[in-house]
Amino acid sequence: MKNFTENPAYKFLLFPIGQISVFAIGASVVLSLITVLLAFIFKFNVTDFDLVERTMLILPQVIINGVTIGFVYATIALGYTMVYGVLEFINFSHSEIFMVGGIVGIQLMAYFEHIGVLATMNEYLVIALAIVLAMAVSGSLAVVVERLAYKPLRGAPKLVPLISAIGMSFFLQDAVRLILSLTTGEFNVILPKFGTFDEFWKIAIPGMEDPLRIQIKSVIMVGTAVLMLLGLNFLVNGTKVGKAIRAVAQDRPSASLMGINVNQIISITFLVGGTLGGAAGVLFALKATKLDPFSGFFPGLKAFTSAVLGGIGNLTGALLGGLVLGLLESFAASYLGIFTNGAFGAEYKDIFAFAILILVLIFRPSGLLGQTVGQKA
Amino acid sequence: MDTFFSNLFKKANTGFWPVAIALAFLLVGTFSVYESPRSLGAFLILMTTPLILYFMKMNMKIKVFIGLLLIIVILPVLGIRNIFYLEVIFQMAVFAALALGLNIVVGMAGLLDLGYVAFYAVGAYAWAIFGSKQLSLLHSIPGAAPANAPFALDPKWFWLFIFLGVGLAAFTGILLGLPVLRVKGDYLAIVTLGFGEVVRVLALNLDKPINLTNGPQGITPIQRPPLPPEPIMQFFRNILAPFVGHVPTDAEFYNVFFYFLALIIIAIAILVATRLEDSRIGRAWTAIREDETAAIAMGIPLVKMKLAAFAAGASFAGAMGALYAANRTFVSPETFSFLQSIGVLTMVILGGLGSIPGVIFGAAAVVLLNIQILQNFSLYLSELRQGDTVIPIINFAWKDLSNQLDPAKYQKLVFGLILILMMIFRPSGLIPAERRKRELVEEKE
Repeated sequence: MKNFTENPAYKFLLFPIGQISVFAIGASVVLSLITVLLAFIFKFNVTDFDLVERTMLILPQVIINGVTIGFVYATIALGYTMVYGVLEFINFSHSEIFMVGGIVGIQLMAYFEHIGVLATMNEYLVIALAIVLAMAVSGSLAVVVERLAYKPLRGAPKLVPLISAIGMSFFLQDAVRLILSLTTGEFNVILPKFGTFDEFWKIAIPGMEDPLRIQIKSVIMVGTAVLMLLGLNFLVNGTKVGKAIRAVAQDRPSASLMGINVNQIISITFLVGGTLGGAAGVLFALKATKLDPFSGFFPGLKAFTSAVLGGIGNLTGALLGGLVLGLLESFAASYLGIFTNGAFGAEYKDIFAFAILILVLIFRPSGLLGQTVGQKA
Repeated sequence: MDTFFSNLFKKANTGFWPVAIALAFLLVGTFSVYESPRSLGAFLILMTTPLILYFMKMNMKIKVFIGLLLIIVILPVLGIRNIFYLEVIFQMAVFAALALGLNIVVGMAGLLDLGYVAFYAVGAYAWAIFGSKQLSLLHSIPGAAPANAPFALDPKWFWLFIFLGVGLAAFTGILLGLPVLRVKGDYLAIVTLGFGEVVRVLALNLDKPINLTNGPQGITPIQRPPLPPEPIMQFFRNILAPFVGHVPTDAEFYNVFFYFLALIIIAIAILVATRLEDSRIGRAWTAIREDETAAIAMGIPLVKMKLAAFAAGASFAGAMGALYAANRTFVSPETFSFLQSIGVLTMVILGGLGSIPGVIFGAAAVVLLNIQILQNFSLYLSELRQGDTVIPIINFAWKDLSNQLDPAKYQKLVFGLILILMMIFRPSGLIPAERRKRELVEEKE
C-alpha cells in the first residue's frame, strides 16, 4: 500500500483528481440538499407555482454554472493564497493581473480575426494559444509589479505594502485603459465569435423531460482549470522549487539560512500566481464574452473571499473555497428571486460573497481547511 | 544646490520677511485671480498662501488673521465672481472633513478602512430620503412617480438631520465594527471594502420591494435649508455687489452658505481631532496602532477603543453626507463608489497619516489635481485635437489622438500612482505628524 501512495501517478494525478471531484460533488450535494430543504420550508409562501418542483427543475443547470465559475475562482484564488502563504500580504493587484490575462487573450483572438485566419484555425488551438500568451504576459506582469511596488517595502509595517498594492491595482486598471484607448480607441474588448463553444451538449436523463444541457465552453473551462491545478500541485509538491516555496512560506529566515534565495523564490511565487491568474482570465473571458479594464475587480474580490473561505495560505483550501463560493453564488443568483417572490434577486449576488466573507471571519477566521495560522502577529 | 535653497529659506524665515512673503502671495494671488478668473496659475499662487503660513515663522496672531482673511473673505468673494472656484473650495472643504474623519480611523488608530464612503452615504441618504418627496413615493415604481407628491418634511429639519447624520453614521460604524473588529489589519481592509460595496449595492437596489432609494436614478430634488432672512441677505448683496461686479444671485449665495457650513464642520472636526489626539483615547489609539498585544497588556480595552475610532471617524462623514445631499439636491449610488473611498485614502496618505494639517493639505491638493489640473489638461488636449498641429519627429497628428484619452477621467491612475510613490518614498506623508517625526528622529540616533 505504501508503495502505491508513493507512486507519482497516484500522487500527482489520481489523488488530486479524486480530491477535486470529491470537493465539487460534495459541495454541490450539500448545497442542493440545503436548497431543497429551504424550498420545502418556503413552499407555503409561494402560491403561483410549486416551489419544490421549480427548484428541482433548474437545479442541475445551477450546479453546472456554479461548478464552472467555481473553478475559475479557485484558479484565481490560488494566486492570492500562494502570495499570502509566502509574504503574508494580500496582493490586491492580483485581480488586475487576472484582468490583463483575459484582455490579452481576447486581443490575440481579435488579432487572428483581423488577419482573417480565425475561422480556418482549429478552435481549440486558438484557445490554447490565447491561454499560453495570457499566462506569459500575466506572469511577467506579476513579477514586474512585485519588483517595483512590493519589494522596496519588504519589512515595512503591514499596512504599507497593502496600500501600495491597492495603488497598484488602481494604477493598472487605468494604465490598461490608457493603452487600449490609445491603440484601439475603445476600452471594451469583445470576444470574437468563432468555433462551436456556445453550443450545448445535451444529455438525456431518464425521468426528466428536458435533457441536461452542458455548454462546451463550460467543459473547456473546467478541463483547463483542472489541468492548471494538477500542474500547480506537481510544482509545489513534486519539485525542488516547490519545496523551496514551501520552506520560504514556513520560515523565511531559516529558509534563507539553508541557502534558498528568498527573493528569487518570492519572484517565482508571483510568477506562478500571475500565470494561473492569466489562464483564469482567458477562461473568465470565454464566459463573460466582454471585458473592460475594470472587470477584474469583482472576480478578484470573490476569489480572495474563496481563499479566505478555504483557509488562506492553504492551496487545497483555495480550491475548495473557490468551488463553494462559485456554487453559493450560482445558487443565490438563481434562487434568491424565486424564494423571496422577487423582492431580492440576482442583483445581490455580488455582495453575497462579502456576506460570506464576514461570516467566515467571525465564526471561523482560519477558514474551512486552515489551521490556526490565519493571523500571525 | 540643496544647501543654497535651505539657506535661502532660513534667511527668508527671519524677522518680518515671512509676513511680507505671505502678504505678497495673498495680494498677488487675489489680484491675479480677480483679474483673470480662468487662470489656473493665479489660483495656485493664491493657494500657496496657507502653505507659507504653515511653514514660516511668524506671530501666531498674524498667521490666524491672514488665514481667516483668506478663508472667510477672499475665497468666497472670488468664488462668487467665478462660480467655478466656489465649487473648488466647497469640494476642498467637503473632502477635508472626510479626510479628517478617515484620519482618525487610519492615521490615529491604524485601522485601514476602505469603505469609508459608506458612512458618507448613510448621512447623505438619511437627508435625501426624508428631505425629498421620496417618503410619499414609497409604493410607486421608480421613474413613474407622480409629479405633485408632497415633500415629507419642512426644509428646516435639515439642521436636525446634520446631527442625525452624525448619529446614524456613528451607529453604522459601531454596527460594522462589532463583528469586524476582531479581525486584524489586512482582513479588516477587505471587510470594510466589502461593507462599502454592500451599502452602494443596497442603495442601487432598494427601489424594490419598497422604493426607498429610487435605485440607480438617485433621489432628486432634495430640499435645501432656508437662507438667512431677507434683511440680512439684502445687506450682503449690497456689500458684495461692487466687489464681484454683479448682484449675487440666490444660487451663488447658497454655494457660499454651504461652503461656510462645511467650514464649521471642519472647524469642529479639527477641534475634536486635536483634542482627541492628546487625550487618553488618542493615546490608546496610538498604542493600538503601534502594538496591539502590548496595548492589551497595558489594560487598554481594545474593542471599545477601536469602536470609538470607527464611530468618531464615521460621524464626520455622516454630517458631511447630509450637507452634500442638500448642496447637490441630488444623490445617486455612483457618488459613493469604491473610487471615492480610495480618493479620501489618497488624501490622507498624501498629506501624512495622523497629521491634521497634512490631511487638510492632502485633501486640497487632490481636489485641485482632480477638478482643476486634470480638467485643464483635458481641455488642452481637446484643443490640440481640434488644431492642425503635428508632433514633428514621429509625425503624429494630434487630430488622430483617441477621444478616449481624457485625463480628467484617469483619476484612478493618479490615485494609484500617488499611493505607490508615497508608500515607497515617503510613507509618513508630505506634512508628517509630529509624533511620527519624533519617532523617526529617535530611530536615527
